[in-house]
Amino acid sequence: MSMKVQTRQVDGITILDLSGRITLGEGSVTIRDAVRDVLAKGSNKILLNLGNITYIDSSGIGELVSGFTTVRNSGGELKLLNLTKKVHDLLQITKLYTVFDVKDDEASAISSFSK
Amino acid sequence: MNGKKELHALTFEKSTSTLPSSRLSAVDDWHTGNARTALADSTTSRVSFTLDSSLDSVNKIEQTAELCAERAGFDEDTVPHIAMAVREAAVNAVLHGNSYDTNKHITASFETTADSLIIRVTDQGPGLDPDTLPDPLAPENILRGSGRGIFLIRAFMDEVHFRQLHPGTELTLIKYRTPAQPGT
Repeated sequence: MSMKVQTRQVDGITILDLSGRITLGEGSVTIRDAVRDVLAKGSNKILLNLGNITYIDSSGIGELVSGFTTVRNSGGELKLLNLTKKVHDLLQITKLYTVFDVKDDEASAISSFSK
Repeated sequence: MNGKKELHALTFEKSTSTLPSSRLSAVDDWHTGNARTALADSTTSRVSFTLDSSLDSVNKIEQTAELCAERAGFDEDTVPHIAMAVREAAVNAVLHGNSYDTNKHITASFETTADSLIIRVTDQGPGLDPDTLPDPLAPENILRGSGRGIFLIRAFMDEVHFRQLHPGTELTLIKYRTPAQPGT
């Protein structure tokens, strides 16, 4: 199953609801393009909802990191929402869990972005 | 041969297994009738094949790893770890080894012994020196967009060995079927 992205806006925050696999050549390109599209439209506060991500490999992890740094370098914020246990464990193993701002509740995630 | 699956020197020795036959058939189907089947004992099996340098091959190798890990009796937490490690090895072979060159192939073998599951993935690339790989956990590397594949392989497997083939690299990944008990 390839990755799908649905975009919505809540209180000035762009939420990307991701589903499927983030792997080399599939989801990794999709997520890169999605983040670039959001930035190109002038928004730099992005919440990645990973609740329906079934699988992520090292390329997918790398793409999350690249998205994080790209958004940060543009003066914005990129946060993660609803990690599955698999993704959570991978971010722990790779020491990235504390690099990302990880949220498990959408409302509190929205309110945590700087105004 | 360009872009088309070619299978060489295929062997597939089945063990008796509790896995649904439909899933076993799925493995056999990839081998397009070239499989030689020989029943082994209840704990051992071996499958090996050669594929082109594509992401499709990576997916097939990952799925084979998952099936072999299930058949070897690994638990539901360990099976996806093994499959991910093997996927990373296959990605490494296709992307960094063969650079998607359609004239080069990757091989993968899966051997289940009484003690362990042994996976070997080879490419025909310029070779890989694991000692030169940067530590992805180092502060200066933590925000890099790549370089975590070999790290994850080592994290999920019990043994990882590199062998230079001149040209190419062979990665051997080993997971013990019965983990060593503390104090034994």
